[in-house]
Amino acid sequence: MIDRIVSQASDTNLSRRSFLATSAAVGGGLVLSLSLPIDPSEATSGEAFVPNAFIRIGTDGQVVLTMPYVEMGQGTYTSIPMLIAEELEVSLEQVKLEHAPPNEKLYANPLLGVQATGNSNAMRGAWKPLRQAGATARIMLVEAAAKSWGVDVKTCLAQQGEVIHSATGRKLKYGQLAADAAKMPAPGSVVLKSPEEFKLIGTPAKRLDIAAKINGTAQYGIDVRPPGVKFATLAQSPVFGGKVRSVDDSAAKAVKGVRQIVRLDDVVAVVADHMGAAKKGLAALKIEWEDGQNGNVATADIAKELEQATSGSGAVAQNIGESDKAMAGAATKLEAIYQVPFLAHATMEPMNCTVHFRGDECEIWLGTQAIARVQAFAAKAAGLAPEKVIVHNQLIGGGFGRRLEADGAVRAVEIAKQVDGPVKVVWTREEDIQHDLYRPYWFDRISAGLDRQGRPIVWKNHFAGSSVVARWLPPGFKDGLDPDSTEGAINLVYDFPNLHVEYSRVEPKAVVTGFWRSVGPSHNVFVVESFIDEMAAAAKQDPVAYRRALLGNSPRAKAVLDLAAEKAGWGQPLPKGSGRGVSLQFVFGSYLAQIAEVEVSKDGAVRVRRVVCAMDCGTVVNPNTVEAQLVSGIIFGTTAALYGEITLKNGRVEQTNFDTYQIVRMNEAPAIEVHLVKNLEPPGGMGETGTSGVVPAIANAIFAATGKRLRKMPVDANALKQPT
Amino acid sequence: MAFTVSINGSPRSVDVDGDTPLLWVLRDVLGMTGTKFGCGMALCGACTVHIDGSPVRSCITSIDSIGDSKVTTIEAIGATPAGAKIQRAWLEHQVPQCGYCQSGQIMSASALLAGNAHPTDSDIDDAMSGNICRCGTYARVREAIKLAAQADGKAG
Repeated sequence: MIDRIVSQASDTNLSRRSFLATSAAVGGGLVLSLSLPIDPSEATSGEAFVPNAFIRIGTDGQVVLTMPYVEMGQGTYTSIPMLIAEELEVSLEQVKLEHAPPNEKLYANPLLGVQATGNSNAMRGAWKPLRQAGATARIMLVEAAAKSWGVDVKTCLAQQGEVIHSATGRKLKYGQLAADAAKMPAPGSVVLKSPEEFKLIGTPAKRLDIAAKINGTAQYGIDVRPPGVKFATLAQSPVFGGKVRSVDDSAAKAVKGVRQIVRLDDVVAVVADHMGAAKKGLAALKIEWEDGQNGNVATADIAKELEQATSGSGAVAQNIGESDKAMAGAATKLEAIYQVPFLAHATMEPMNCTVHFRGDECEIWLGTQAIARVQAFAAKAAGLAPEKVIVHNQLIGGGFGRRLEADGAVRAVEIAKQVDGPVKVVWTREEDIQHDLYRPYWFDRISAGLDRQGRPIVWKNHFAGSSVVARWLPPGFKDGLDPDSTEGAINLVYDFPNLHVEYSRVEPKAVVTGFWRSVGPSHNVFVVESFIDEMAAAAKQDPVAYRRALLGNSPRAKAVLDLAAEKAGWGQPLPKGSGRGVSLQFVFGSYLAQIAEVEVSKDGAVRVRRVVCAMDCGTVVNPNTVEAQLVSGIIFGTTAALYGEITLKNGRVEQTNFDTYQIVRMNEAPAIEVHLVKNLEPPGGMGETGTSGVVPAIANAIFAATGKRLRKMPVDANALKQPT
Repeated sequence: MAFTVSINGSPRSVDVDGDTPLLWVLRDVLGMTGTKFGCGMALCGACTVHIDGSPVRSCITSIDSIGDSKVTTIEAIGATPAGAKIQRAWLEHQVPQCGYCQSGQIMSASALLAGNAHPTDSDIDDAMSGNICRCGTYARVREAIKLAAQADGKAG
């Protein structure tokens, strides 16, 4: 259907704004085709019109939005329709949402080919275009009504899904007007509501996807059951890059319900009538592996390589003033090494993908943040043209960046090619954790110079680590830099008269890295906010006051810092062994200050009791989801700070399941208070902000409680143990 | 071999090995996919069902251990008084995000409320800390349980 709409849109009313076109819908009604920016900075670019979102107003009055962003629990499927409903003058219930199918024609452009939901960009990308689209449709509907009544447009009013002629009280519903509206010329420009006129935006809206998620009917990728489906699970080479040397599958084949053993170069899979039999079969396999070149890789070796890279020179990410000269004249100099570990995503829904390979075409079911990527990669694995691969997107049981990748779909296709009929391939938790694409290990060599009053006069940082962008979207990596690796390390909110930041891309041996909730800032905010705490301590100043004095050019940052400090009771006494720590960040287009309160026991165990945060994310579209996303991000980051670490020994990931890769549970979760700064700025990103800032807030609180500075995550309880 | 088990009030017969976990019987053999797979080792609680009203992890409960006991899953928990209150409170407090762990959360919470009409914070911690939520919905889970308990009080 999308294809036909697109072909119609191409020869109809393409407006002067290159992101919107209007046309008649197949079967009657009005269609608006939009090009939503994936990266907000592309919003104003003058590229050719390539629509990737569609709004259809049917003759039944139903508004259907097809868009590239997917629901992962972040509430996008509720907050995005609010934008259309607001300007179109319909209730939220009248807007229905559909997953966009992958479409090679729409996404042929390699940069727009990123049909993906990530980097907290959905609301930032959709904010203006979707309101403009709603307003455009409303104007065309009103014009259609005015024409049919033979009255002046100015005497007509749109309200609650209908157009009203106030003088005579005549009314026409949008459904009755949709076909005629499609024949109206699209207005050259539209005036959007001012924030005081908002009826929906800014009000807490109930999520549209909740009902199915509380009674077991919500269908995730792992729940699909095409007729005749078989169930498979797999063992991948425990060493990255290793191969299968031999398999003795006699015992596995004897397991009741096991149908087939599939052997690939580096994978053995067991196909069965149900996952119980497949798992039992897998356990009965005797596999000998060939480790290959990576059989000796250990985390310490990778860290060593990164350390060496930071001793040389890297690509200059930002330079202000003359840092070497300033450092030479500094009254006090500080230097430190910071490190953050590899991290797995551990989505609650383990990786899975269902494939029906029919020789000349291939059907795929999974929950993905990047459906076009899945289609392209699966097509290659299947040896088919992309249009022969049909991808059905499902609800996502946790994304966090993991489901921006297509590795699982590729594996499943390779297995399905050897299976007659559809097969659902489900990773065990152990395989999921041990064969992730990990948040990069990063190593920072950082230094600062202070004047006699303790004020910073120079800031220098050289960090090394993997560039996920360079692999995932090669054109995004330019001149040794990419925007994700450096976000949060440059363009700081603080006034530093001299600053020099370098990045060295070093790809770790054996490990493939991936985007992980809060991506680059997950590392950079930890380092920046920990080190500025060190500077405050060296200057013998209060950490909040020290930061505040450096925010002359950032009033929005100052406002969130002040609010968080006030609400947290900053400066009020705490019992011995407890401490408060602060962090401040401007990433994903939003300002956030967090204050964590921790308690460190004599044995070094850390309890994060409370986190108070103040957020300025511009206009709040749905306060209900903003609060939920902030809390969610903070819990996610608390897990990383307290427990998160993937380590390698003999080329193998040492962690296996939730016993060795722990997740914060209810009894450990801090009490979290969210305070929002209200203003009329465009909305900033939400889904990842809490994660990056809470890690340094916790580390700084531990310093306040114990005097011990943790420069390596996660928290090492042994280092905090008090001598008995 | 064949087993007949009472699931949500109906006898269901399946022909699998006796050591097959109930989780896979529910999901793959019977097509009841509301009960979720998370870890396979009783570490995360996503697969929680009730057996004779008590919460158990179906991923480590073999089919031959069930005997005449009655299994209740997320698909039927709304038919119990505690389950219905919990589901209403979940909707009211907008608890789920990605939602994947929520079947298990609701099953643990329903069992708690059925046995303890007015759970304290510490009762809630004890009953719910076996259920991992990667989206971090714990605060809303707690509030929703308290709301459901209030509803219990009002209903007498």
